[in-house]
Amino acid sequence: MKYIQDISFVFLPPYGEMILQGLVMTLAITAIVFVFGFIWAIILTGLRELPVRPIQLAVATIVEFHRNVPMVVQLFIWYFGVPQLLPIPVQRWINAQNSEIIFACIAIATAFGGYASEDLRSGIRAIDMRQKEAARALGLSYIGAMRWVIIPQAIRLASPSLMNQMTLFFQGTSLAMTIGVVELTYQTKAIADETYRIFGVFAVATVIYLAVSILMMVTGERLRARNAKGARRDA
Amino acid sequence: MLEVFADNWLLFLIGQYPHGPLGGFAMTIIISLASIAAALPLGVVLALMRLSESRLLSRPAYVVIQTMRGTPIILLIFWVYFIIPMITGYSVSGAMTTIAALVLYKAAFIAEIVRGAILALPRGQTEAAKALGLRYHHITLLIVLPQALYNSVPSLITQMVGIVKDSSLGYIIGTNELTFAANQVNANLMTQPFNVYMILGLIYFAFNFSLATLARAIEKRMGASRRPVAAET
Repeated sequence: MKYIQDISFVFLPPYGEMILQGLVMTLAITAIVFVFGFIWAIILTGLRELPVRPIQLAVATIVEFHRNVPMVVQLFIWYFGVPQLLPIPVQRWINAQNSEIIFACIAIATAFGGYASEDLRSGIRAIDMRQKEAARALGLSYIGAMRWVIIPQAIRLASPSLMNQMTLFFQGTSLAMTIGVVELTYQTKAIADETYRIFGVFAVATVIYLAVSILMMVTGERLRARNAKGARRDA
Repeated sequence: MLEVFADNWLLFLIGQYPHGPLGGFAMTIIISLASIAAALPLGVVLALMRLSESRLLSRPAYVVIQTMRGTPIILLIFWVYFIIPMITGYSVSGAMTTIAALVLYKAAFIAEIVRGAILALPRGQTEAAKALGLRYHHITLLIVLPQALYNSVPSLITQMVGIVKDSSLGYIIGTNELTFAANQVNANLMTQPFNVYMILGLIYFAFNFSLATLARAIEKRMGASRRPVAAET
């Protein structure tokens, strides 16, 4: 097939550098999303476990919004929509910055937090609630019991599905290209549009995404296997 | 926000039809239904191949499933968008491209669900069928698949939610669907992006949340008599 050409051009200047820059941006966004998304997930989970009905409902609404609205639409709401609600000087200042990167991180991290909090919650539900009572009886506060007894076990139980979620969100960072973030998919498309040598550049990008994803999926399988035979579960 | 919706609801719902191509929510639903209708049988075949004792069948299925699960859907859409016209020489419509990408992508996830459901069936089912002298295709078609598919209904509905969400990416290659319609509305109004995209989000939310609630209700009902496969997103 004449379309399967020499792909070495992808690694030569200037394209090699573009791909590398894109990859660095993708990995940077992924790291930020995981760190802040995870913190957000723990906050959401903690709030939802509080025995206060309005708070539970509010958290449930936020989580369901993230789970049921497409990621692109969430990106649009943050990037195009939210600045409109701010005062004009703030809007000007935001537009002067690289706001697409910031909004992409906020949008994807909060969405990841929503999904991860669901995983953590099912982790918590798998823990015997007598543990919480015992922790409280030993004199730990509510936050103390969550911090030292419940959450660590919940994370362990939820780790396979969390890993699964992280794999999907690593791939999901590619959607940031829709609001103009110059990450791996954006650069791939740019090179394809410029050179018309579509096969080579898309193949390279796909292999990069695949390599990272498969590494994460294998880790997830390992965690699942470890949970299945290792941890004692009183279900 | 209500005003924006009141002025543009028809565009959100059916696009420019009948004065132009059908689009909007109607097209999103058509794309999603077509995708799941094609992805389900493909997913079942992949799952059966993956479970086959012959490595000639299970290995390729494994590779296909992992490749699809490991590639961002957006890249898959670009692949289909660029490669199909190259190979066939015909230009393909945006909707067809989106459907093709969604089918490839979602079949892999459905295959994993169906595989999980088959493995979750009690071994006695196939053993009893074998003892009765049934052949592989009879066991599969009459004993294993009906139960496995029934048990995976909640997860399959959850996959439908995923398909509806991912179909929004069709707008990147110019598919006339809901997100595309919202972009048109936004371009017309220019000054109200927050309202437009919130409406867009709420439409997706209303539909997908109903589906997700339905999946949970079915799961709960099935839980009484059978052990359903947990709905995984």
